[in-house]
This record gives sequence, structure tokens and C-alpha cells, in this order.
Amino acid sequence: MNFEVVIGLEVHAQLLTKTKIFCSCSTTFGDEPNANTCPVCTGLPGALPVLNRRVVEYAIRAGLATNCRIAERSVFARKNYFYPDLPKGYQISQYDLPICEDGFLDIFVDGEQKRIGITRIHMEEDAGKLVHPDDYSGVSYVDYNRACVPLLEIVSEPDMRSSAEAVAYLKGLRDILMYLEICDGNMEEGSFRCDANVSIRPFGQEEFGIRAELKNMNSFRNVQRAIDYEVERQREILEQGGRVIQETRLWDADQNISRSMRGKEEAHDYRYFPDPDLLPVVVEPSWIEAVRKSLPELPQAKRDRFMAEYGLPAADADILIGSRPLADYFEAAAAAAGNAKMVSNWILSELLRRLNDDKGSIESCPVSPAGLAGLLKLIENGTISGKIAKQVFAAMYAEGNDDAAGIVKARGLVQIDDRQALEEIVRRVLAAHPDEVEKFRQGKTKVFGFLVGQVMRETRGKANPGLVNELLRRELEG
Amino acid sequence: MSEQISREQVRHVAALARLEMDEEELAAYGRDLSDILGYVAKLNEIDTSGVEPTAHVVSMETPFRDDERGESFSHEQTLKNAPQREGFYFQVPQVIE
Repeated sequence: MNFEVVIGLEVHAQLLTKTKIFCSCSTTFGDEPNANTCPVCTGLPGALPVLNRRVVEYAIRAGLATNCRIAERSVFARKNYFYPDLPKGYQISQYDLPICEDGFLDIFVDGEQKRIGITRIHMEEDAGKLVHPDDYSGVSYVDYNRACVPLLEIVSEPDMRSSAEAVAYLKGLRDILMYLEICDGNMEEGSFRCDANVSIRPFGQEEFGIRAELKNMNSFRNVQRAIDYEVERQREILEQGGRVIQETRLWDADQNISRSMRGKEEAHDYRYFPDPDLLPVVVEPSWIEAVRKSLPELPQAKRDRFMAEYGLPAADADILIGSRPLADYFEAAAAAAGNAKMVSNWILSELLRRLNDDKGSIESCPVSPAGLAGLLKLIENGTISGKIAKQVFAAMYAEGNDDAAGIVKARGLVQIDDRQALEEIVRRVLAAHPDEVEKFRQGKTKVFGFLVGQVMRETRGKANPGLVNELLRRELEG
Repeated sequence: MSEQISREQVRHVAALARLEMDEEELAAYGRDLSDILGYVAKLNEIDTSGVEPTAHVVSMETPFRDDERGESFSHEQTLKNAPQREGFYFQVPQVIE
């Protein structure tokens, strides 16, 4: 039987504020345990939460960037449950009146555009961190540094129909949050976390199947694998006449399987109610408009502009908009070099390859946009060949040296354009390879490449390739 | 017309609050909760159509604070009332899923 896959995603994005959502403790990651705590975030009796204005601003930014309606009045609620990482016995979240509702995000999969609905975005506090000692000692440790760190929970509609669509949505959403500079998007460290609700149903059936909630996927790759695994698992159950049960499953990336999280199945009863410590959050229309005006160009708009303004193919634009710093790097280099497509080619091949090898980021790239542009100009004006340029680029990158012309000069890499000198070398090469010359004249023109290579070798790659071609051809055919 | 709270409801609420209760207490709290809800139910006699629901007695907006660092507690202050600690951590009975 053929089944249709139905996926909805819940994303938790940690916000890049300096301080926590309801107190002035630092949000710094990696400090000593419990160094950034106070009566508010450890839930001492009598402590009162006071809302961080920037959290609201960031929520508005996220809402506007995902086409949501911003509520002028939203309400914080208590979500009640007991767990040692939750010092108050409740999490302050939003329930029936979230700050953003009814948005969408457009994704592209296999060249097709698809619109994914965003049900809501709300503000809430993170929980603390539990540490389990390796030895079985019957205890756990609790660090409340993360307690009360601001999160946005972004809930999608169950609009995705494949793991590829889910990953495209997540990437698009993460790009937006990073462009907005409200989340660092780090999935491994947990500042961008995702839970997936997955169910399947026979094609044509309107009603949704029973869903499983997948957790603990800390990379796009794991999201894709976990969903694919879950779809297969449910398919097998249904094909054998079984029933899927509603449960939470944890992905185990080492073994590529998911496991049921037992004990959590008992129906949740969070007894949400409006938090009496926090009054309704009122957002004036003027504030929303001010935030709207401050929004940066978003990834999809940039992609469209790169294609229209620079004539780049979609594949190039997709990679270049991958991060704001990379897009900025490209634009700066393109402005300095003039030839945008050439700049794009070099970034996508030489530059990103080296950065990936070094696990470096574009922000720490040893070659500046102006340096790259300077190098490309040397190719365009015929000072060096593209091949030599790669050598020069390697040196620039290794030495953090932006002066391409200086390197070319210092190492004697200037292209040999001297017709007479090259003619001599060409003749010498032909004299040294009579067999190949003979083959060429018998019509085996493939040896031409070999002969070009020999000339380049003689000149240590510096000969003007166009000229070498021309001279060789004339000698051979003439 | 007060709502009667069943023994099962009391048991459920007690379990959610991690409270242990014997049969006698379940019955007693069931009566108390029913009485309280019955008292509050008097409000239903008032016509509130056209009145916007509210969760607060004051009609104020929530105040904001700026995103500026303030003083945190020292480790000693934070961990002072911890029943058990290990280094700078709170120590609790093992919680493993």
C-alpha cells in the first residue's frame, strides 16, 4: 500500500540576548555550573520575573520575517510539571495567546516551490541542564545556567510530505533566524533544536494517522534519517495490520535507530494558566512598524536579487546566501572585481573548499574580498593564467596575504606572453617528441593536449595558454 | 448547583502535585474542593456577556527591563539551601529516561 507522509515540526531557537528572559543573569554558554543564577531563575519564593524587552523585539522580528500576524496583546502562562531541571515546578511559556500566529515559509525542493504554514511562534524560558555521572552512582547533577534563557518555539503546520521537505524547511528557518541575528543556529550545541511529529496515512485519506514525536536530532542529517526511519517503522506496523501508538521517540544517532521514551506516555496534564506574576504583553503598532523597518534583506530576497542583479544561476545563489557573511563577502568581492560570475566561481570552488578543509568560517577567511578581487583582475588582464592563479590563491590563503600582484612578482609567476620565447619552446618540445608529432599528423589529435602539457611544463605553468595553443597548432598544421 | 469533585479527580490532582493521600484525605479534600468550587460558582450568576476575560485584577501592561547584565548570586548563595551538592552542582536523585 502507498502511504502519504505527514510531518509537522517544532523548533526551539535560543535567542542571542545578553541576559535571560526574566532576570539579568548572563546567558553565556560554558561558564561554571550555576555561575549565572539568581533567585528568579532558580525559582526562589517571592522572586518576581521581569520581561526582557529584547526578547519581545526578537520574537516580533521572527514573526514578521515568517509572515506572521503579531498579536498586540499576548499572555504568558505557566506550564506545570515536575522535573529537576525546572526549578519552579513550572515553565513560563505562552499558551492560548502567543505573540505570533498564522505565518508561512516558502521552501524549494527539487526546483518546486512549496508553502509551509507556521501555526505560531511563542516566547518561553529554557530549562536547566542535567548531568549524569558516567558511573552508576544513583545521582544526577543540575546546572541552572541555562534555566530562564530565552527561547522562541516555532510550530509549523503538518504541511511537509517528506524528510527532504522537512530539512528544507528547517534550513530555511535557520537561515532566516541567523540573518535576523537573533539565534546562532548551532544545532550541535542545542541553540537550534527540532522535534518532529511524524505520521503516515493511505493516500487519499483525509484524517491524519497516529503520530510519533521524534526528539534528539542534532543535525539536519539526523533529522532526515530519523524521519525516514520513523516512516519505515510505521509503514511496517501498518502493513502487518498493527496500530501505531502515540509516543515520544528518541533518535540514537550512533545506532541509527529510535527508541520509545517510556514513562512519558502518561497523558500530559500541564494545567496551563495565565502567570499571575506577569501582566499581558502589549506591543504597540508603532513598535511593530519600527521592527519591520529594521529587518535586513532576508535569504530568499537576496537569492532572487543575486540571480537578477549578477546573473548567477540558482545553484550558485543558493550557496552564496547560505550565510549573511558569505553573501556580504561575495558582494564586496564582486563590486571590487567587476566580474560577478567569476567571483562566484572562485568562492564556490577554491575558497569554500579551503575553508571547509580547515573547518574555517568566511569571517575568518585569510583572504579579503579585495584580495580575491585583485587576484581575479590579474587573470582578466592576462598577467597570469587561471591555473597559476590557483597557486597564487593558495599562497595568499596560507600566508594571509592579500597582495596577489606582489606574490606573482616575487615568485616570478608572471605569464609568459613573449611570442618569440614561446615559439622557441614550442619548437624544442616538438623536436623532443617526434612520435607524438607523427601521431598528430596521422589524425590522432588527442596528443595535442599532451604537447600543450609539455610546453606548460617547460615554462612551469607560466605560458599564456591561449598563445601556446595557437603556436602549437600553427607549427603542427603549418 | 455546586460541582461535585470525585475521588478520582482528587487522586489525579494529587498525583500531578506529587502528593500522597490516604482514602480519608481523598474524601476530605474532595468535600473541600467541592465547597470551594461551589462558592466560586456563585460568579456564574452574574451576566458577563460582553466583558472581556482577564487574568488580572489590575489593568496594566507588563513592564519591561533592558537587556543589561546585573549581579548574579555567588555560588555559595545559590547553593546555600541545596539539600545536597557536588562541587558547583545541585545534586538530585538520579533521573534517567
